[in-house]
Amino acid sequence: MEGDYDVIVLGTGLTECILSGLLSIDGKKVLHIDKQDYYGGESASLNLTQLYSKFKPSKPYSDQFGKDRDWCVDLIPKFLMSNGELTNILVHTDVTRYMEFKQISGSYVYRGGRIAKVPSNQTEAISSPLMGFFEKRRMKNFLEFIIKYKEDEVSTHGGVDLDKITMDELYNKYGLERGTKDFIGHAMALWSNDDYLSQPARETYDRIVLYLGSVARYGKSPYIYPLYGLGELPQGFARLSAIYGGTFMLDTPIEEVLYEDGKFAGVKTKEGVAKAPVVIADPTYFPEKVKSTGQKVIRAMCILDHPIPNTSDADSAQIIIPQNQVGRKNDIYIATVSSAHNICAKGYYLAIISTIIETDKPHLELEPAFKVIGATKDVLMGIAELYEPIEDGSKDHIYISKSYDPSSHFESTTDDVKDIYKRVTGHDLVLKKRATVEEEAELAGLS
Amino acid sequence: MSSNTATEHGQSAMRFAQFKLVLLGESAVGKSSIVHRFVKDSFTDSRESTIGAAFLTQTIQIDANTTVKFEIWDTAGQERYRSLASMYYRNAQAALVVFDITQESSLDKAKYWIKELQKQASSGIVIALVGNKLDLEEERKISKDEAQAFANELGLMYAEVSAKTGEKVKDCFKDIALKLPLEEKLSQQGQRRRRTVDLNQRPSTNEQQCAC
Repeated sequence: MEGDYDVIVLGTGLTECILSGLLSIDGKKVLHIDKQDYYGGESASLNLTQLYSKFKPSKPYSDQFGKDRDWCVDLIPKFLMSNGELTNILVHTDVTRYMEFKQISGSYVYRGGRIAKVPSNQTEAISSPLMGFFEKRRMKNFLEFIIKYKEDEVSTHGGVDLDKITMDELYNKYGLERGTKDFIGHAMALWSNDDYLSQPARETYDRIVLYLGSVARYGKSPYIYPLYGLGELPQGFARLSAIYGGTFMLDTPIEEVLYEDGKFAGVKTKEGVAKAPVVIADPTYFPEKVKSTGQKVIRAMCILDHPIPNTSDADSAQIIIPQNQVGRKNDIYIATVSSAHNICAKGYYLAIISTIIETDKPHLELEPAFKVIGATKDVLMGIAELYEPIEDGSKDHIYISKSYDPSSHFESTTDDVKDIYKRVTGHDLVLKKRATVEEEAELAGLS
Repeated sequence: MSSNTATEHGQSAMRFAQFKLVLLGESAVGKSSIVHRFVKDSFTDSRESTIGAAFLTQTIQIDANTTVKFEIWDTAGQERYRSLASMYYRNAQAALVVFDITQESSLDKAKYWIKELQKQASSGIVIALVGNKLDLEEERKISKDEAQAFANELGLMYAEVSAKTGEKVKDCFKDIALKLPLEEKLSQQGQRRRRTVDLNQRPSTNEQQCAC
């Protein structure tokens, strides 16, 4: 470990591991350290022994839900948009060699006290209870506008400038009802509150396009999910980094951060001193250099022995409870997966409820979601404060990632990756197709 | 990670199964060299620590109509600070735990990796303890009896090979192939593929337009 590196990375969360992989491919000499003895940091998936010791230390896991290692419980519940940027990065770096993905069976939205499937095709749309006959036609007109819109063909713009008109004005242009706005804004554009209504329509348009493209890709829902849980993602990118020369050290606390002239210079650990002009780290490694975003997220990991009621026994689902429906400011999300994704013992289901805390009794805020999921075998709860870096790293060469936000997908994570990549390297990330297995064999002198 | 039933040479009964095999053992005992000998039948004395190819495949014919394909995972150096990911062990059906017969400490290290395998890998995994550098017989520090007895005690396969001369390398992989649960694998292979999605495949554009 001792010696000189181009970049030191601290923490093996997803953001850090993607950056580690990308920088190693670029030919940078990377040293990657984690103080914990497993990969993933905040984006790990834990077995039940690890999970109980973290969230219920007084009550160790005692095999009541089957074999401990059959469980991979995500600390941060998210799904991949099948047309999203993380999928794009996975394909370009060929990290897909190490992982397998499955669709999430359905996306559901809460309305009037019960959940209904977000239609993923015409047949489902016609029979959907989510809106009445005339509203369906208005919705269809709206979506046709979105699908046909082309940036460089003014005739498709319908007299609208997406950068000027607010989203609410655009909805009103198509005569959409409040409930339909909720549905589009929260279940398709995946906004978690209503601030977007008064913003220019552009970003919501982009989000709806991403949603529609993602649904179109595999059919059932816009989401995909890796077998064995999200914790496989950082591990896959760590392996990519290692294959391109990255050095990995788990279970290695940082004893001292070294500075020269106020700039990062290296770290000292039990293995000695490693030097590098740049460090990338998650917020836990530099608590004095991050600030709270003011938001706290509550997450409840619920162990079930049945599928979620009213989902046609789906093996996996995303359920969104829009804030308006339950008198809140922020949506409540429920992500559910099961043994179909190899994340728990057979016969069990895992539902993770999350939302941004609005009161001083956060567990009570989750009540509507508990009603949706039905009886639980056990519930583990945690509250996380979200952090972001105070500075951009240009002064001290310490580049810190943001905490994983409560959104249902990874789009903000990949934005952070691209932003840090640009600040560290001075240029935009351009994804190149990784060498094939054969080409890499050649590089390694094998043919 | 593809798998199928081959029908080459007009024979309908050709059987083809793919297995994940992981390499373990201390740095510099010759893990990569053994794989290079097996996959490319070549050897370089001054091999640098593994960089680049860490995902190799090689097929081996075990009888007239049965081919086994090994998907070989190299540690990519992540073993150096004992930082292998759980992903590495996942679904591994065979493991080659390598030590150097001329390095006394390397057998102890191999014992550590066997323990890790027993903890992290699936219970049916076929483990072979492999002593490398048989070409350096005169410098041997670990007796064959000692290592063999240890392997027997834990129910592991045992082999001594030379990546340098190629001696016994192919035999070792073939012996492993013969021990793998072939029938079980063949019956699973068809199912698995339908359940997962291929991210590398672009959808055809006129298919499944959302029409909510």
